[in-house]
Amino acid sequence: MIFVLTIIAFLTLATAAVALALRNLIHSALLLTVSWSGIAAFYLWAGAEFVAFAQILIYVGAISMVVLFAVLLTRRSRDDFAIAPESVGRAVSALIAGGAVLGVLFGAVVSTRLPDPPTSAPVVTVRRLGLQLMSPHAAALLVVGALLTVALLGAVVLAATARRDATEDAG
Amino acid sequence: MLELGAFLRLMTLPVHLLWLIAALPLLAAGIGALTPRRGRALAAGVAIAAMALSFLLSCAALATALAQPAAHLVHNFAWFDLGLGPLRLGWLLDPLTAFMCVMVTLVGLLIFVFSVGYMHADANSTRFFCFMSVFAAAMLGVLIANSLLLLFVCWELVGLASYLLIGFWFHKPAAAAAAKKAFITTRIGDLGLLLGMLWLYDSTGTLLFFDAGNGVLEAGALGALTAQTTIGGLAVSTAIGLLVFCGAIGKSGQFPLHVWLPDAMEGPTPVSALIHAATMVAAGVFLVARVYPLMAADQALAHVPIHALTVVAFIGAITALMGAMIAVAQNDIKRVLAFSTVSQLGYMMLALGVGSWVAAIFHLLTHAFFKALLFLGAGSVIHAAHHEQDIRRLGGLRGPMRTTFATFAIGMMALSGVPFLFSGFWSKEAILHAAHAWNGSSLPLFAGLAAVVLTAFYMTRLVAEVFFGAPRSEAAGHAHESPPTMTIPLIGLAVGAVLLGFLGTPAYPWLQARLLGETEVHGHSLLEGGGLMMLSIVLVALGIGAGWAIYWRRLRATATALDPLERATPRTFAALAARLGFDELYAATVGRLSNATAALADALDRHVWDGAIRFLARLGEFTGVVSRETDEDMLNGGFDAGSESLRGTGKLYSRAQTGETHGYLRVIAIGFVLLVLIVMMGGGQ
Amino acid sequence: MNLSPLHLCLLFSSALFCIGLIGALCRSNTILVLLGVELMLNAANLNFIAFWRFGPAPSAETGVIFVLFSIAVAAAEAAVGLALVISIYRHQQNIRLQEANRLKG
Repeated sequence: MIFVLTIIAFLTLATAAVALALRNLIHSALLLTVSWSGIAAFYLWAGAEFVAFAQILIYVGAISMVVLFAVLLTRRSRDDFAIAPESVGRAVSALIAGGAVLGVLFGAVVSTRLPDPPTSAPVVTVRRLGLQLMSPHAAALLVVGALLTVALLGAVVLAATARRDATEDAG
Repeated sequence: MLELGAFLRLMTLPVHLLWLIAALPLLAAGIGALTPRRGRALAAGVAIAAMALSFLLSCAALATALAQPAAHLVHNFAWFDLGLGPLRLGWLLDPLTAFMCVMVTLVGLLIFVFSVGYMHADANSTRFFCFMSVFAAAMLGVLIANSLLLLFVCWELVGLASYLLIGFWFHKPAAAAAAKKAFITTRIGDLGLLLGMLWLYDSTGTLLFFDAGNGVLEAGALGALTAQTTIGGLAVSTAIGLLVFCGAIGKSGQFPLHVWLPDAMEGPTPVSALIHAATMVAAGVFLVARVYPLMAADQALAHVPIHALTVVAFIGAITALMGAMIAVAQNDIKRVLAFSTVSQLGYMMLALGVGSWVAAIFHLLTHAFFKALLFLGAGSVIHAAHHEQDIRRLGGLRGPMRTTFATFAIGMMALSGVPFLFSGFWSKEAILHAAHAWNGSSLPLFAGLAAVVLTAFYMTRLVAEVFFGAPRSEAAGHAHESPPTMTIPLIGLAVGAVLLGFLGTPAYPWLQARLLGETEVHGHSLLEGGGLMMLSIVLVALGIGAGWAIYWRRLRATATALDPLERATPRTFAALAARLGFDELYAATVGRLSNATAALADALDRHVWDGAIRFLARLGEFTGVVSRETDEDMLNGGFDAGSESLRGTGKLYSRAQTGETHGYLRVIAIGFVLLVLIVMMGGGQ
Repeated sequence: MNLSPLHLCLLFSSALFCIGLIGALCRSNTILVLLGVELMLNAANLNFIAFWRFGPAPSAETGVIFVLFSIAVAAAEAAVGLALVISIYRHQQNIRLQEANRLKG
């Protein structure tokens, strides 16, 4: 069980790290889907199947597509997938800051005594989740629905070309 | 023979490992997807190796299934838990699955080998092999599924793969349009299948085919389904069967959804061979054969307005006759073959409809071999003639392309049903006999017999135009034989096209008996029902003779000369050449309806909703004016002083705002670390 | 040192968080910065699931529910963020984050 977790963690971390270090954006986006799938595998491992499917649907399915679209829409020429290398100074300072955070987090986690895990894994059925979402968390669900709608409209408004520009182009 | 039997007994594939058959090509597709474009040899090799392994596994599965032909070996498992209980999927192994798997993997393997030669000049052949493997994997998934849901998933994957492959040369507008057409047309049928599936789940609570007495194809569920009636007095099983059949109509190119199949020619020729022989169109016939108990469940009922199988029989008869008629007037070598596929699929549906699903599967298996052979032969011709597909501009290829000619001729004779030696004859005989024995109506039999003449006629025309006479274009004149990677699959398929028929002759109907789950083979003399056989032999001779008289004796001289039939009956020929106007009809009806709906929605949007929103906007504007008046007059003075002092403080703060997002983020990170350190050092509990 | 599975999960999520952070800090391409932020969000979700699975009160589904909401919010964030990227691109013909500073005080 620990072995499986180690493999999942290694795969996820490695693909995420390589994805963020690559110069070709398309490759980055594709590798990140692997990383997100790894996280979904972790959810499956932990017994939260529904969350795993949601993760796959939303991250691997939807967000990766949006990212690919954004990459394709914002390149300057047909073959312009690669981007210029980053400045060394920023990379060094990023590594120092990130490393410090990593050190602090690791230290905190390792030095904390955590409660013993329960003997049996918790079981969550889709039915119970549905009931929970619909009765105690119904208000939050509605708010999230409204948030998503607003975000969608906002994204359209932000990304849409003004009509004036379109007519100018046509004329 | 004895040693072969012992060897076969050694080869067994437990049913819970059946998924390997479909998983291997899928794995090959995955590897192909990760292979860079220059690694085409690797991609092709992996795809071929996976198909070969799948073929061996299928043979093992066949041996396993034949050991107990009457049993439906299943392995069911829970996929995931829904509120009401687990959703279960499963694998199914019976002779039907096993024979189909062997056919798909063998024909697929030969087509893959052929593709190595055909696609060697294409820059994207890595992608090609990846898609082909997906296609084969999806089809094999359809075959081994023991759940209508799993079958549907793989069915849609077949549709997706066909879309990708038909549109493989997507830079050609015709190919892109054909891919879209195939996808959308089959989707119409799939909607029926989906509805049927939901209805079935609603009525029975399961989608497994066989599940120890609880499956939908077993007596309990069927009894319940036939007992209920729905709108129009139909039994529920009839309604569900017809909805499922809609899916088969779309996938198998049956009238009236056949329009996508000829256009699917725009893909590379091996794709056409795979679509037309082994995978996509076979899926529809296979589906009806698989759910045959469901389709036939209403046969015992007397007081229903229509039986599901009757509809199947008539759709099949119409398709068989119509496809054969249109094929007579086509000038593109692949289009002739495409309409011939439509017609032959009509035969298979006819056989299913008249109650002989084993005859349909027999014809499906033999047809897979000779149609793949014909398509690959056409591919070889097209390859040699520098992508010239118009038979009026070909000609005289018999000399330079001996192997292609010989194998193509075998395929042509098998398709036409030349007696005794060729497989097509025996399987077509089986269908005609079944149609003859059907007591519903004799129209399907007459349609089948008419199609026999037409089939022999148009195939003779095709061979005469392509291979005889003088080359009628530059490209055809310089044709030369294709490389061995292309001719060897042709020879392999030709052998199959001849030998396969002997598995199911009336004298020793081994295949039929095994499909029906019998271990004994009851043959009968060829003379029984010999009258019908004689009639169909005469009809084949008539068709070939007419073709010979019209096209062979007076060979076409130039590429622009009119077709002899066109000279005789120009209007009929033009109507057939225009494919009886189905495309135009759909454009004028369905297409226009959809445009009209879109225009209506647009008008509603512009005038009704827009007007309402404008009214609200005016209202808001009015409120705004009122509140501005109050604001400016009463509140402003006090705030002005406050803002002055705020502006001073803001200037101070704004020094830190560099606009450098990374800087902000870095400060946050460092601040976090410092906070944690302070808490830890200070021992803040 | 003997680490329980919960410790390992938390270390996993910390490492993922820091990879996201470093990515967001050192890349100048706005899309990659956004993806780094997405990874950090994912790391937070990992923590929720880990505490739900190994925590003292596993019967409550709160952890799972929270992750579901968090994924929904992340989806909204990604949609708006990438729309912003496209809008930035339209204004300055590139998506280098350090050049998107016209609103600075």
